[in-house]
Amino acid sequence: MGEKVLMKGNEAIAEAAIKAGCRHYFGYPITPQTELAAYMAKRMPKIGGVFLQAESEVAAINMVYGVAGTGKRVMTSSSSPGVSLKQEGISYIAGADLPALIVNVQRGGPGLGGIQPSQSDYFQATKGGGHGDYRLIVLAPASVQEMADLTVKGFDLSDKYCVPAMLLADGTMGQMMEPVDLEGITETKTEKPWAVTGTEGKRKHNIVNSLYLNPEKLEQKNFERYETYKTIEQNECMWESFMMDDAEICVVAFGIAARVSKNAVVAARKEGIKVGLIRPITLWPFPKAPLAQAADKVKGFISVELSMGQMIEDVKLAIDCRKPVALCNRTGGMIPTPEQVLASIRNMAKEDT
Amino acid sequence: MTNQILIAGFGGQGVLFAGKFLAYKGLLEEKQISWLPSYGPEMRGGTANCSVIISDEPVGSPIVSNPDALIAMNLPSLDKYEPAVAPGGKVFIDSTLIDRKALRDDIDAYYIPATKMAADAGIPTLANMIILGKMIKETGAVSFENLLDAMKKVVSAKHAELMDVNIKALETGYNYQD
Repeated sequence: MGEKVLMKGNEAIAEAAIKAGCRHYFGYPITPQTELAAYMAKRMPKIGGVFLQAESEVAAINMVYGVAGTGKRVMTSSSSPGVSLKQEGISYIAGADLPALIVNVQRGGPGLGGIQPSQSDYFQATKGGGHGDYRLIVLAPASVQEMADLTVKGFDLSDKYCVPAMLLADGTMGQMMEPVDLEGITETKTEKPWAVTGTEGKRKHNIVNSLYLNPEKLEQKNFERYETYKTIEQNECMWESFMMDDAEICVVAFGIAARVSKNAVVAARKEGIKVGLIRPITLWPFPKAPLAQAADKVKGFISVELSMGQMIEDVKLAIDCRKPVALCNRTGGMIPTPEQVLASIRNMAKEDT
Repeated sequence: MTNQILIAGFGGQGVLFAGKFLAYKGLLEEKQISWLPSYGPEMRGGTANCSVIISDEPVGSPIVSNPDALIAMNLPSLDKYEPAVAPGGKVFIDSTLIDRKALRDDIDAYYIPATKMAADAGIPTLANMIILGKMIKETGAVSFENLLDAMKKVVSAKHAELMDVNIKALETGYNYQD
């Protein structure tokens, strides 16, 4: 363990990325993620890296596409409206089977929306915000330490599977400071024989492309990619279980909503209500197994979200709708209070099964 | 033991800085801490606040909705957050800038003319640290020892001369009797 320092979540992402070997960052300022770009602007020139403020989010993601093709660790970051602009490029990166890290520090939407925290880009992140059959590995940090740790995890998983990863944070996670330990972070090197780095006349050309005009070839490509996705679903689900051993009610929440929910779960336990929390850390692959197991024991689920209810659909699918799933939410930049979550828990505790 | 603290005032009064110092002080005492600023299109003269939680347990929600301690450095902050203070909580009011008393009788109110004290002491920008000193005295949220260690974390070495005056401001508030 190194010395703990206080950092904003946005800064922790940036420093963790640098420690994990990222030397290429392309972005465009937008609240509430701007500190990340600012940190990169300050640090990258000092360590021989590239910081480039592109002319737009569309340009930035295509610069990411280019660097990803050379096999270098590369990232971009933005907030909701900016991430919408990046969707075409993200689809291309997925279609070219390249690793890259995209950070979304979400704010309220739709449209320009607001600048306060939100989780309403869940659908966009997990269901494919761009066109075509593809997935992103989606990681949802719930502390500043996880902002750092999951940045590294995102690079590692993305390299391992050649699937782009997204860190799906929110304005609270980006702006808050907590103690963080970045000492142990190192770069995991992955062989990238596919990278376009110049043949020096010694090997066949590598080609990075997402265009397949022959539908049989494209179908085959998609089949292969979905085999990779299946492997990821089997091996890479991450979640945290909190007080679930004897739970009769299961709260499901990620990111800031999980932090709020934890307070409510602890308060409800003091009232004698047997309630626990499952916090998905990977949103895709979604941790279906622990939810399906919980469905055998609990009387119902409560999905707590900063949206009109998006993850709730995955909760229902994970448990095959075997138990009721209630929604406890705020949206548009508002955050549910622990009291609101506690009220939802009390309501479900009162209901007959 | 958990202290939920809300520091609120105008942008430019140093409410975020005071919170950051407090958070580092807690960190160096090996407490669990979180610091969450309000953010928005605010600038000097607008409103600003930050939530600081200092606890022996891991911090759940970093959002302070019912503070045990509220520092109000302007009237809009007192108006907005006094009703939210937890029963039995403490409110620290900059009485130079706020000419009303606390309205609730189930909270303890402390009136510190921090802005005037800062001006009189020749450190007009440090009302924030004066009122913070008083808050530390009355809540015991952090200890009042080794202030310099935490100060070094929030004041860059380039501005080392500011460390002493910040500590002086904290002491002035700590020793203030109303």
